[in-house]
Amino acid sequence: MLTVFLQFLFSGLTIGAVYALVGIGFNIIYNSTSIINLAQGEFVVIGGLLMWFFSESLKLPFFAAVLCTLISSGLVGLLIERLTIKPLKNPDLLLMIMITISVSIVLRGVLMFLFGKEPYVYPPFTEGEPINIYGAIIQQQTLWVISITLFCIILLFLFFKRTITGKAMLACAVNPTAAKLAGVNVSKMVMLSFILSAIVGAIGGMTITPISLMEYDKGPMLSVKGFCAAIMGGLGSNRGAVIGGFIIGILESMTAGYVHSGLKDAVALVILLLILFFKPSGIFITKSMSQLRKF
Amino acid sequence: MYGVINLLSIKGVFKNFGGLAALQNVNLNVRQGEIKALIGPNGAGKTTLLNIISGIHRLDKGEILFKDEKINNLPPSKIANKGISRTFQHVELFGNMTVLENIMVGFYARNKTSFFMDGFKFSFITDSEKKIYKKSREFLEYVKLGHKINEIALNLPIGEQRILEIARALATEPGLILLDEPAAGLNIRETRELGEIIKRIREELGITILLVEHDMELVMNISDSVAVLNFGEIIADGTPMEVQKNRDVIVAYLGEEEEVQPGYNVNT
Amino acid sequence: MKKEDFMVFIVFFIFVGLLPLFIESNYALTIGIFSGINALVAIGLCILMGYAGQVSLGQAGFYGIGAYVSSILSVYYGFPVILGILSAMIVSAIAAVVLAVPALRLKGHYLAVATLGFGEIIYVILNEWGPGGPSGFGDIPHFNIAGYSIQTTKESFYFIWIIVAIVMLYSINLTKSNTGRILRAMHDSDTACEAIGINVPLLKIKVFILSALYASLAGSLYSHYVTFISPSSFSLFYSILILMMVIVGGSKNLWGAVAGAIVITVLPELLRKFQELDILVYGFILTLTLMFFRKGLVPIISEKIKNVRGYKFAKH
Repeated sequence: MLTVFLQFLFSGLTIGAVYALVGIGFNIIYNSTSIINLAQGEFVVIGGLLMWFFSESLKLPFFAAVLCTLISSGLVGLLIERLTIKPLKNPDLLLMIMITISVSIVLRGVLMFLFGKEPYVYPPFTEGEPINIYGAIIQQQTLWVISITLFCIILLFLFFKRTITGKAMLACAVNPTAAKLAGVNVSKMVMLSFILSAIVGAIGGMTITPISLMEYDKGPMLSVKGFCAAIMGGLGSNRGAVIGGFIIGILESMTAGYVHSGLKDAVALVILLLILFFKPSGIFITKSMSQLRKF
Repeated sequence: MYGVINLLSIKGVFKNFGGLAALQNVNLNVRQGEIKALIGPNGAGKTTLLNIISGIHRLDKGEILFKDEKINNLPPSKIANKGISRTFQHVELFGNMTVLENIMVGFYARNKTSFFMDGFKFSFITDSEKKIYKKSREFLEYVKLGHKINEIALNLPIGEQRILEIARALATEPGLILLDEPAAGLNIRETRELGEIIKRIREELGITILLVEHDMELVMNISDSVAVLNFGEIIADGTPMEVQKNRDVIVAYLGEEEEVQPGYNVNT
Repeated sequence: MKKEDFMVFIVFFIFVGLLPLFIESNYALTIGIFSGINALVAIGLCILMGYAGQVSLGQAGFYGIGAYVSSILSVYYGFPVILGILSAMIVSAIAAVVLAVPALRLKGHYLAVATLGFGEIIYVILNEWGPGGPSGFGDIPHFNIAGYSIQTTKESFYFIWIIVAIVMLYSINLTKSNTGRILRAMHDSDTACEAIGINVPLLKIKVFILSALYASLAGSLYSHYVTFISPSSFSLFYSILILMMVIVGGSKNLWGAVAGAIVITVLPELLRKFQELDILVYGFILTLTLMFFRKGLVPIISEKIKNVRGYKFAKH
């Protein structure tokens, strides 16, 4: 009984960690541009598939492969921003939504062209015996996923709170004009936010692929679930996105385990709609805070 | 010049925003046919009061009567249909539509058509459409925008945008019109023209006007009565002359320590 | 409606009506039929998005409801096809209200994701509880009325395009009327609409219902034409395709939706050679349209035509 429960809990935490990273990716771009980048899930796929390419196809050593993956994902983020977001002159909201959707379609197309439709997998980061907790089998990779996610979150927290660049990025979101007047290079910050967000997504993809495989069309679902995680804690709040991500991951794996595996995706969707409909400011946010937000 | 019937009565209205008292026990009457100005320092709650009258905000306590009917906490569209129209501090036009279309939409309130049935009216131009078109043209001539009917609203200079917004509000054939800082961003000439139009609206169309305004010259020139709002409370209400001499008003605008000369004029 | 609109309407549909006289290939006509079906959904989204300014990434949901409800009713409950289609439209309208009422407060991105979520939930439901699950079901009757069944490709082509013509006529009429003007007004400012007495929430619900009805009708027609359906036809990808049709054609113009539907339906057939590349090609077309031809095909072409005509007049 407990064994099964723990097993589901850990698989929920694992996938939840990825949702949390996608959610944070949403936040990073949203916080500096007020854009919701619906191509966020594609970054995860890119991370997973590129890691496979560098480590399995090119046979690079582990750390070299990781570094190459991170750099090339960052480049993808950079290209997206410079080629599609920056050239837009006085875009309206509708256009912003469309453009990130169309970018996600292009990315999916490129991925399918390069990698085909079959799923990819590579060995876990460390070989070794799974850990046994009350009979539940926990693979070492699971621990990697969770700890790397937590590490990322701490780094990002320090980045936004302690560094000038991080603070400048936040300032752009609150008031781009004021930030510009204060000497912040807004355009550079927007670019940086796309790079950072692509890297964060790619980290999620790199760590999860040995457990759940990766294929070219996983992006949209990851985007939806990551977005769900992000709005659960109130869009823009990284702490909220982490909690939201884990909650969704756990609920999803419990539903798949105890109810019916086909309904796995429905859980996140239903939660998403419920939050959007009844508390779009996020469920961890107080009423007075939510009044300050725009929808 | 105006009757003694209260068209709009605001009785003991309170409004808090997250613990901050925006309006405290506000009582205000707007008589049928008058031009009433609501003035006060920034942040006094003037726009909040307009938003409460027009239904954008809900009030916490008190009541608002229009033609002796309680209208507080109705949705904005219902209030508009009862005959209260308004303009906004930050002009809210249908920016991508033409000047003429902006007015034609304004006529909608009095000429409602059924959404799904509209697709079944198979004539090239319906009679009601012709009527609305004709009336809209007349209206634009009236506010001297007749030569710009096919321009996109966003491309008008700000002065004409404000006049267009007023004209659109008039098109709903209201009994009362609320103007939120209609002179903001206008130069002296434009402000004078605006003043003339506001006066004509009252005199020729018989529409009652409540305006919030910072431009004292405009306020003192066109208003029949002036109310002063300070920190969410009405501190004076009377004719422009009375208000100008009111000590509380002078203090509110200039501060306590000022040495005030008798007969000091607020508009200088 | 203006006289010019009506002339364009007549010329276009006479042209479409003449097509089968010159096209012998059933394959080409079939693409024509799918273009018509997609056009119905696109016209609905065009009114919702281009006119009223409400994004929807969930049109596939209504399309799926239309297909499944009418097919299930006719296959398993012996409903006459036409009754099945009407019932499906009622179900879709109800679903539209269920989606629109809570979504009223949402704008932009939030609305986009909410509608996307709605479409995906319908997709999950079809997969889990639809007859045949992910593999779908068949033996759906062809459209028939008064004992006459529409079966051949040519008949179907005319049938579908007559329906497109009727829907288009209704839609042009609607968008050129008072209602159309109010929808565009809502696109520009909710606040101002409320201030002149327009019940914005009610209006939004009505447009959602309208677009859902079109999508549902199209879904039903699709299922009764192909006679076999599976959930994969009603995924997020279909919603995005429809969105693409509206944007590529020009979202502010109903003809844009029709043109977009034809282009995006025909295009993959022309690109058969590169079949694995369809997603990539779609993606590039959409991105480039958004970046460089924001108005879409139809407005750009009609401006060109006007310029040429203006030039001729100037010469005389």
